[in-house]
Amino acid sequence: MRGLGGFINYLRRNPALGIGLGILLFLMLFSTVGEMFIDPDDAYALSTPINEVPSAEYPFGTDSQGRDLLASMVVGTRMTMTIGMIAGVIGLGVGTVLGFMTGYFGGLIDTVIKFIVDVLMTIPSFLLLIMIASSVPDPDQMSIVQMGLILSIVSWVRPTRAIRAQVLTMRERAFVMMAKLSGMSGMEIIIKELMPNLMPYLAISLAGAVNGGVLGSLGLQTLGLGNLREPTLGMTIYWLRYYNAFLRGMWWWILEPVFIIALAFIGFLLVSIGLDEFANPRTRRTV
Amino acid sequence: MRIPIGYILRRMGFLVAVLWTAATINFLIPKLTPRDPVAEWVTQKIASAGASSVGMDEQIASLKALYGLDKPLWQQYLTYIYNTVQFNLSFSIQNYPKPVIEIIQETIWWTLGFVGTATILAFVIGTVIGALVGWSRAPKFLQFLMPPLTMFSAVPAFILSLILIYYLAFKAQLFPLRGGYSRTLLVDWHSLDFIWDVVHHAMLPALSLLLVSIGGWALSMRAMMVTVEGADYITFAEAKGLKGATIFFRYALRNTLLPQVTSLAMQLGFIVSGATLVETMFGYPGIGTRLGGAIASFDYNVIYGIIFFLVVGIALATFIVDLMYPILDPRISYSGGG
Repeated sequence: MRGLGGFINYLRRNPALGIGLGILLFLMLFSTVGEMFIDPDDAYALSTPINEVPSAEYPFGTDSQGRDLLASMVVGTRMTMTIGMIAGVIGLGVGTVLGFMTGYFGGLIDTVIKFIVDVLMTIPSFLLLIMIASSVPDPDQMSIVQMGLILSIVSWVRPTRAIRAQVLTMRERAFVMMAKLSGMSGMEIIIKELMPNLMPYLAISLAGAVNGGVLGSLGLQTLGLGNLREPTLGMTIYWLRYYNAFLRGMWWWILEPVFIIALAFIGFLLVSIGLDEFANPRTRRTV
Repeated sequence: MRIPIGYILRRMGFLVAVLWTAATINFLIPKLTPRDPVAEWVTQKIASAGASSVGMDEQIASLKALYGLDKPLWQQYLTYIYNTVQFNLSFSIQNYPKPVIEIIQETIWWTLGFVGTATILAFVIGTVIGALVGWSRAPKFLQFLMPPLTMFSAVPAFILSLILIYYLAFKAQLFPLRGGYSRTLLVDWHSLDFIWDVVHHAMLPALSLLLVSIGGWALSMRAMMVTVEGADYITFAEAKGLKGATIFFRYALRNTLLPQVTSLAMQLGFIVSGATLVETMFGYPGIGTRLGGAIASFDYNVIYGIIFFLVVGIALATFIVDLMYPILDPRISYSGGG
C-alpha cells in the first residue's frame, strides 16, 4: 500500500473499511463544514420559535425549547464525537502502556493488572459511569472535556486486555527473538518491533474505545447526567423524552438524532470489521 | 464428571473480589464527592414547602447522625460492609423510610421478565441463524439476513427503541407507548386480561433488545460453525451416513455452543446496562426506570443500592456459568491459569 492511490485501491478490496471511513468522514464534515452554514448560537435554547416543522427557514425543524435542530445536530455531533475521541484516545494511550507492560514483561505487575482488568470487566462499565457521573459536583455544569475525562475512567479496560493478548502472542515470534539476540533492549523491541506490527490492532482498539465513549456519553446524557444546556446528541434525546415528543408526533425531533447516532455506530462497526480484515486477511469476511 | 475443587475455589475467590471491589467503590465515591445528598434534600424540602431555613443545620446534622454519617470513615466503612453482606442497602433518601431493597423487590421482576425473555430468545434465534448461515448445506437465502442483523447489532437498543416507539406505537398504534400495564386495569396477576396487557406492554421493549442482540450471536456462531464444518468428526459422521439434521444438531451445533455460552456470560453486564436505558425510554416499571428516577432526584442510596444489586446479580451469573463449563465441555483443562 503506497500513497493515497494505493490506499484507495485497497479500500476497493475492503469495502467495509471504505464505507465505514466514508460514513465517519461524512459525519466529520457535517459537524465541521456544516458549522459554516449555521449559527452555533441557534443550537441553544430560546433562539428560535418552538415546535417548528421542518421548513425552508428551519430545514431540520425546531424543538420545544427553541433550538434550531439543524444547528443542534451540527454542534451536537461535534460535541458527542469529541467526547468519544477524548475517551478513546486516553483509553488507547493507557491501554497501550499497560498492555505492553503487562504482556511483554509479565511478572507481578502483569498478575495485578490482569486481575484488576478481569474484575472491571465483570462490573458493567456503564453502571460504574452512572455512579461516578452522578457524584460529580454540579453535573449540569459539566464541560465536554470533563465528560470525556469521566468516560476515560473506564475506557482503558478493554484496550488493555486486547493489546495484552496480542502482545502475548507476538512476544514468542521469531522476529522478536531475533531482535533480542541482536541486543535490543525491552523498550526498543516494544517500540521498534512490536508497535508497528500491532498497528492494526491498536486502530481496532481505538475504534472500539471511541465507540464505547460515544455510547457511554449518550447513555449518561439520556439519563440527564451531564450538562443539560449543551446540545449534545445524548441531551437531545433527554429533552425529546422530557417534552414527550412522541405523544405530540414531533417526528423530526426524534428521527434526526436517531439517524445520526445510528449512522455513527454503523460507521464504527464497519471500520472495525474492515480493520479486522486488514489485520487478519486470512479470516473470512464478516459481512 | 467431577468439577475440580481448586477451580471452584479460584472462581469463588474471584467472585468475592468482584463483590468487594463493587462494594468498596460504592462506599468510596460518595465520600470523595463534595455533593451532600442530605443537605441537598433538606434544602429542597424547605424550598418546596416555603418554610424558613431556621434550624436547617441542626436538622442536617441530626439526619446525618441517623444515617451514621457523623462517625469516623473507617467505622462507616466497616458498618457499610457488614450491612452490605446482609443485603441491608440502607434507606431511600427521597422516600424515607422505604428500604432500598424493597424498591428493588418491587421493580426487579418486571426487568427480569422482559430482559430474560428477550435475551433467551435473541440467543436462541441468533445462534440458530448464525449456525445455519455458516453451514454450507443450509438454504442460501439466509445469507441475506446477515447484513441487516449486523447493522442492528451496532445500534444501541435504546436508540432503536425510539424508532420502534415512533413507528409501531405512535404511528401504527400496534403497541402501547409506555408503561408496564394499562392504568385503567387493576393489578391482578390471576386475570388473563391483565397478564395479556402486561405482555403487550413488554413486547416493544423486548423487541428493541432482541433486534440488537440477534446479530451479535449470529456473527459469532457463524464464525465458529465455519471452523467446525471442516472437522474430522463431521466427515466421519457423514461417512456413517447420518442424516443432515442429525449432523447439524448433534455434531456441529453442540460443539460450537460452549463459546456462545461463554460470551453470553460476558455480555450479561452489557445487556443489563442496555436494558436500563430501554426501560427509561418506555417508562417501564422496572429497575432501570427506578434507577433513572433516583438519578433525577439524586437519591444516592437508591442509585448505589440498585447498581450494587445489579453487579451482584451479574457476578453471580458469571460465577454460575464458570461452574457450568466443566459440565458443558469436559475437554477443558482446569489446572493452573484460569
